[in-house]
Amino acid sequence: MDKQKALELKKIATRIRKHIIEQVFSAKSGHPGGSLSCTDILTVLYFDEMRVNPKDPKWADRDRFVLSKGHCAPALYATLALKGFFPEEDLKTFRRIDSYLEGHPSMSYVPGVDMSTGSLGQGISTAVGMALAGKIDNKDYRVYSILGDGELQEGQVWEAAMAAAHYKLDNLTAFVDYNGLQIDGNITDVMNPEPIADKFKAFGWNVIVVKDGHDHAEIKAAIEKAKTVKGQPTMCVCHCIKGKGVSFMENNYGWHGTAPNQEQRDKAIAELDEYLAGLEA
Amino acid sequence: MAKVATREAYGKALAQYGADERIIVLDADLSKSTETDTFKQVYPERHFNMGIAEGNLMCVAAGLATTGKIVFASTFAIFASERACEQIRNSICYPKLNVKVAATHAGLTVGEDGASHQCVEDLGVMRSLPNMVVLSPCDEIETNRAIKAAIDHDGPVYIRLGRLAVEAVHDPDNFEFEIGKGIEVREGNDVTLVATGLMVQESLAAAKILEENGINARVIDMHTIKPIDKDILVKAAKETGFIVTVEEHNIVGGLGSAVCEALSENYPCKVLRIGVEDKFGKSGTPAALLEKYGLNAEAIAKKTMEAMKNK
Repeated sequence: MDKQKALELKKIATRIRKHIIEQVFSAKSGHPGGSLSCTDILTVLYFDEMRVNPKDPKWADRDRFVLSKGHCAPALYATLALKGFFPEEDLKTFRRIDSYLEGHPSMSYVPGVDMSTGSLGQGISTAVGMALAGKIDNKDYRVYSILGDGELQEGQVWEAAMAAAHYKLDNLTAFVDYNGLQIDGNITDVMNPEPIADKFKAFGWNVIVVKDGHDHAEIKAAIEKAKTVKGQPTMCVCHCIKGKGVSFMENNYGWHGTAPNQEQRDKAIAELDEYLAGLEA
Repeated sequence: MAKVATREAYGKALAQYGADERIIVLDADLSKSTETDTFKQVYPERHFNMGIAEGNLMCVAAGLATTGKIVFASTFAIFASERACEQIRNSICYPKLNVKVAATHAGLTVGEDGASHQCVEDLGVMRSLPNMVVLSPCDEIETNRAIKAAIDHDGPVYIRLGRLAVEAVHDPDNFEFEIGKGIEVREGNDVTLVATGLMVQESLAAAKILEENGINARVIDMHTIKPIDKDILVKAAKETGFIVTVEEHNIVGGLGSAVCEALSENYPCKVLRIGVEDKFGKSGTPAALLEKYGLNAEAIAKKTMEAMKNK
């Protein structure tokens, strides 16, 4: 990845993070921790990989994305807005009665959302369906999906994993946002889903471990590698930090589904602004 | 005319209409029982076995539908409507995707497999989902047309199908089917039997017994549970004054409930609900089960006459 692209992606990711904080603050509810955690994967997908057209969100040949961990809608909405699917100023209407920006993504209301999600475990199955359709129709589009690590506790994820390998869906690349935390605490304390990479390998997937799920170049390299694999879906197990980018939210499961108050919002935005200023200097 | 199970009619209809390349069929290791195998023999490239994993099956169907496919998702009614209920709700009904849940082996007449496999709650569960259309055809031609109507309908449809071979009610050469329009299959003015699925046949036989007892019963084939046909119900209530609903389903939540809702809001009228009385089924032959649960023609006629005495 060249320096200019790397810098551009860093700026975009930081702007997404700012929007996440503002959305959750404005709505007084939502999920900042996991949204900040998967921001960099979304950044690379939408700004350095996916074939999408904001002017034609339903374009038949577009690449698809399914946010299987649907509660991280603030990250997806910010990404889509920055990409040009809808106005950035609409983000502050998140979760309001008169807004189309539902608490969890709805494909019926939000331009650019390819599948309605929110009930964990279901999104990855729908991504399997999209990838299967691509095979049936001999289309060259690719399908991407992000799962939470806690989400792996849903049995349906493994039904989907079996089906994706069975039908050799090499047009499907998924990501586990492996930050180790869920609402009730550490994933290994709540219900241990580890070893994650080994499980997907055993289910017949090509597995790539992304050591730093916030390193855009490493994420991009994993995506490129996945495209070369034939006959297998790819799972990128991305080591991430819940709350990434906001010091007091990092690695703290208390921020899974809690909105910041005014003071916390101000501190978070100040930190992100400072980082952004550093990038622009 | 030979008896045909509605599941068999379903398999044949899929093969008949299957030239439409948008049609994809998913099954959960039951394609010989659901008879989607009939489609598979003609269009193997568009039939996918998803294994014994119904939750995933429904969501894969949803994903396929986002790309413009018309997806038939098939398994037994119990697993479709109840095990995978929340997948149907969130991934199919909420985004209003073009998935047709064609669920076979509904009701008690599954027979010897017993209570674990006898789904008597599906109509209630499925009709409570926004955006869902619920169909429950009674014979071969009606099933065929219900499948065609489901293909033509833009959005989710649940189609309730049976295992047991049943006789024809309708004349295949002179039959019109429209979603939401019940069909009067027997004229009468003393009482109206509103039936669905294979209870239409039993109700027609019950009407003959009632006739021998001086009661002239109207019989309505209510093939669409949602949206329910209010007009035909109000007309029947006005003209016959007493409605009996007959379903191979719990009396809670299904046809009887839908009819009571429609009548109480539009033309209040006394209603007797005949069905499974909030119980689980058990193993037995279909005929023995219908007798035990009071759902054969004799029982329907008897209950109707008793209720009319006390009217």
